[in-house]
Amino acid sequence: MSRQSNRTTDNKKMNSELFTLTYGALVTQLCKDYENDEEVNKQLDKMGYNIGVRLIEDFLARSSVGRCQDFRETADVIAKVAFKMYLGVTPSVTNWSPAGDEFSLVLESNPLVDFVELPDNHNVLIYSNLLCGVLRGALEMVQMAVDVRFAQDTLRGDNVTEIRMKFIKRIEENLPAGDE
Amino acid sequence: MTVHNLYIFDRNGACLHYSEWNRKKQAGISKQEEFKLMYGMLFSIRSFVSKMSPLDMREGFQCFQTSRYKLHFYETPTGLKFIMNTDLSVPNARETLHQIYSTLYVDYIVKNPLCSLGDPLQSDLFSARLDTFMKNLPYFNPRAA
Repeated sequence: MSRQSNRTTDNKKMNSELFTLTYGALVTQLCKDYENDEEVNKQLDKMGYNIGVRLIEDFLARSSVGRCQDFRETADVIAKVAFKMYLGVTPSVTNWSPAGDEFSLVLESNPLVDFVELPDNHNVLIYSNLLCGVLRGALEMVQMAVDVRFAQDTLRGDNVTEIRMKFIKRIEENLPAGDE
Repeated sequence: MTVHNLYIFDRNGACLHYSEWNRKKQAGISKQEEFKLMYGMLFSIRSFVSKMSPLDMREGFQCFQTSRYKLHFYETPTGLKFIMNTDLSVPNARETLHQIYSTLYVDYIVKNPLCSLGDPLQSDLFSARLDTFMKNLPYFNPRAA
């Protein structure tokens, strides 16, 4: 039970510059390891996905958030609780599609790119693509298939960073095969 | 007061962990059969409860009791299911099951990159911590009542 009391100290702050630089080192290494930027984007997404499927459990354990009633509630929780908890920023939720199945997370500042400038020969690289994977992986675990991509990126000269999320379908739970 | 046993199932119905403490009678079938039976029953009862609910349902199925034991059920939004059987005098155990999830499963399994999620748990550390946690529960000890 002593574990319980350690919870609060568990949330101790990490130096954000160290975090930013670590992420930078990771992307740099991927750029060295892979031939082209498309492949790097793919790897970042994959790594993010693997992080997301575990991170969601930590998120649910730490926040007292229950199951969301609809996609709008999900959007709010992602922006106000999850981004705040893990990146220390609160993106705004905007640009809802008329059907309510697609929205944008707009970040005024993206902590991952604090010291980054993209060289000319990396104009296809989606530097923060890891975030897309994290969101996709985490939501998949709560039975939501989503499509996530960067619509705007300050690294490419846009004013803000915009992540576009589209709801695809609910993943239904099935009784495992072979059971009566 | 006492705790009989604990099951943890993943979202696909695989039994990730089973442990028992004061279980005096076995089911008389193999453990694999027992897990399947348990999961099948939970799956049906959950869908029954949500279909029959006359009100909008949030938490869903939480527990049932017979004349001899009480089954407590807790499911996370990610579909992990925690089931604990106790005797009848144990009050609502949702909080306890949530703690097993948030302080034991998440910390020792999810945050351990060597534990692949969806396989039966093999972490000795987790088992040991779980055992300690359960034995420290106010209602664990049969003589405490």
